[in-house]
Amino acid sequence: MTSVPINSDNIMRAADGTPLKQKLAQAQRQAQLKALALIAPLFLFIVISFLVPIASMLVNAFYDPDVHNEMPQTVAAIATWDGKELPDEAVFAAFAADMKAAHKAKTSAQIGKRLNYEVPTLKSKVTVTARKLDKVEAGPWKEAVIGIDPVWGDPETWAVIKRATSSYTSFYLLNVVDLKQTADGKVVSVEDNRKIYRDILFRTLGISFMVTLLTLIMGFPVAYLLATVPQRTASILMILVLLPFWTSLLVRTTAWSILLQDGGVVSQLLHISGITWLLNALGLISGEPQLFKTRFATVLAMVHIQLPFTLLPIYSVMKTISPTYMRAARSLGAKPAYAYWRVYVPQTLPGVAAGCLLTFILCLGYYITPALVGGPADNMISGFIDIAMTQENNWGKASALGAVLLTATMILYYVYNKLIGIDRMKLG
Amino acid sequence: MSLPAYATPSEKFAYYGLRVFVGLVLLFLISPILAIMPLSFNSDMFFSYPMPGFSLRWYEDFFFNPRWQSALWLSGILAILTTILSTTLGTLAALGLARGNLPFRATIMAVLISPMIVPIIISALGMFFFYAKLNLLGTLPGLVLAHTALATPFVVITVTATLSSFDRTLMRAGESLGASPSTVFFRVVMPLILPGMISGALFAFGTSFDEVIAVIFIAGPEQRTLPRQMFSGIREQISPTITAAATVLIILSTLMLVTVELLRRRSERLRGIRS
Repeated sequence: MTSVPINSDNIMRAADGTPLKQKLAQAQRQAQLKALALIAPLFLFIVISFLVPIASMLVNAFYDPDVHNEMPQTVAAIATWDGKELPDEAVFAAFAADMKAAHKAKTSAQIGKRLNYEVPTLKSKVTVTARKLDKVEAGPWKEAVIGIDPVWGDPETWAVIKRATSSYTSFYLLNVVDLKQTADGKVVSVEDNRKIYRDILFRTLGISFMVTLLTLIMGFPVAYLLATVPQRTASILMILVLLPFWTSLLVRTTAWSILLQDGGVVSQLLHISGITWLLNALGLISGEPQLFKTRFATVLAMVHIQLPFTLLPIYSVMKTISPTYMRAARSLGAKPAYAYWRVYVPQTLPGVAAGCLLTFILCLGYYITPALVGGPADNMISGFIDIAMTQENNWGKASALGAVLLTATMILYYVYNKLIGIDRMKLG
Repeated sequence: MSLPAYATPSEKFAYYGLRVFVGLVLLFLISPILAIMPLSFNSDMFFSYPMPGFSLRWYEDFFFNPRWQSALWLSGILAILTTILSTTLGTLAALGLARGNLPFRATIMAVLISPMIVPIIISALGMFFFYAKLNLLGTLPGLVLAHTALATPFVVITVTATLSSFDRTLMRAGESLGASPSTVFFRVVMPLILPGMISGALFAFGTSFDEVIAVIFIAGPEQRTLPRQMFSGIREQISPTITAAATVLIILSTLMLVTVELLRRRSERLRGIRS
C-alpha cells in the first residue's frame, strides 16, 4: 500500500493529503452534479413549457377577476351588506354607476356572461339594464334598477353578485361536481334536473373501467399463449399485437369509424353471419343494428386501441415465470385448474396491475375516439372540456373540469409509480 | 408447450379452447387494419364490400391534391424537427438518470414522464394559454416545442431501458485508456445505446405524426397537419381519400415496427442478452 499513505492518526489519505473518505464524497458529489447537468435541459424544458402552463391554466378554475375589475364601486358598497334583505340605496347607486361605466366601456356583456353561469338569463338582463340605466340621470336608484327588471329585486341575485365580486371563486369547481353555494353561503346539491357533471364523471370512469376489464379478459389469454409457445411462433404472433400498437391512434379510430358506418363492413358481416337475424329474432333490435355513434362502438374501438397496452406488461411478467412452479404444484397433486389459479395467476399480478392501471389512466383522458365513433351521450370529460373551451368560451368551467380530470389521473399515476415504478414502464 | 399424449379431455379442451380464443382476439386486433386497406382501392365512393372496381383515384387525390400535399409536408417537417429536438434532450436526460445514486431520482423521472400521462386535452389547453402569451400560437416553432414536450417521455423510456443493462465498466475502460469524455460517448456509449436512441426517435416521430389535439388548439387555421386534415375529414364528411391516407400511414408504421424490432434484436445480441 505505497500509493495510499497512512498517517500516524490512522486515516487513509489520498495523494494530496486529504482524507480518502472526504475525497470519495467529493467525487460522488461531482458525479451527481454531472448527472444533474445532463438532466437539467429536459427537466427545465418540461417544467417551463409543460407543468407551469398547466398549473397557470388551472388557476382559471378558481380565479376570475372580471366582475371584481369591472364593478369597482359595487365591490366597495356591497362589502358591508348582510345578505338577508335587499341591499340599501347606496349599493344600488354604486351598481347603477358601474353599469353606466360598463355600458360606455362595452364590458357589460362580460359581466353578464360571468353572472349568467350562476343565474341563467342574467346575461341579457345585465346588458339591457346597463343600456337603459345609461339614459337615467338621477336616483332614487333602487326603484329605477328594479323597475328595469324585477330580477334586481331578488336578494338571491345580489348574493350571486356579492360572491362574484371576489376575484377568487369556488363557483366553477363546485359547479363541475354538481354543487352550488346558496345566498347564506351554504354548499348544497344543485336541483336534480341540472345535475349533469357527476353523470359525466361516472360515465368517464364507467367506460374506462369497462374497457380495462375487457382488455384484461381478452389480453390475459393472449399473453399467456405468447409467453408459453416456442419463441419462433411467439415472434410471429407478436407481430399481430405490435402492428396495431404501432399504427396511429387516429388511423385506427378512422378505420373503426369507416367499418362501423351504417351499411358498412361490420354490419355486412353481422348480416351475412346471421347475427343480425338472430338479434332480430330475439327481439333485441329491429332491422339493421345501429353501430356507428353508439356506446358499443366507443367501447369496441377503445378496447382495440388499449388491448396492447394491457397485454404487453402482462406478457413481459409471464416471460419471467419459471414453469417449474407449476410442475411442482402438479407433482404435489394439484389439479391443473387449481395449480393454474393458485400458483401461476398470482405470479402474474404485477403485470396485470401494471397493464390495467396504465390502460385505465390512458382511458380517462380519451377524447378523439369517443368524439369520432361515439354519439353525444358517449362524450367523456375531455370532450366536455373541449366543448366548454371552444364552443361556450367558458375558461373557468374548462379549467375546473380539467382540474377534476387531472386530479383523478394524478392519483392513479401516483399509485402506479408506488406500485410498479415509473422506470419499469416499457414500450413495445 | 405442446399437449402431452396422456392429456385428459378437460386439458385438451383448455388447450384448444385457449388457441381458438387467442386466434379470435388476434383476428380482432388485426382485422380493422386489414379491412381498411382494400377499401382505399375502391373505385366507388362507398365503404362496403364487394367493391365494384379497382382504382387508384384516392391515392391520386392524396398525393396530388394541394390540401393533402401541404398537410403531408407540414406533418413531415414538424415530425422531423420534433424528433431531432426530443431525441437530443431525451438521450441526455436518460444518460444522467442512468448514473448511480441520484437524489430525487423517482421524482425527476415522474416529472419527465408526465407529458405521456397527463390527458392530452389538458396539455393542449395549458399550452394554448402559454403560447398565447409568448405569441407562438399558429407558428411552426410553437408546434415543434409542443410536440417535443409530448414526445420526450418516449425517448427517455426507451433510452433508459437500453442503458439499464449497459455495462458501465466499458466507459471506465475507455477513460482509463486515455479517451476524453466526448470520445468515450461517441466511440463507446453511443454505438451501444444507438438502437434505443433510434427506437426512441421513431416513437417521437410517430407521436408527432399522429398528434391532433394540441395542433387543433395551438396551430393557426391555415396550419393543417395530416392528422388534423383526417380528423376534420371524419368529423365533417368522410371522403374515401381518408382510407388512402390511412393505408399510407399503416405502411409507414409497419416499416417503423420492423425497424424497431430489428434494432431491438441487434441490441440484445450486442449486449449479450439471449431471450
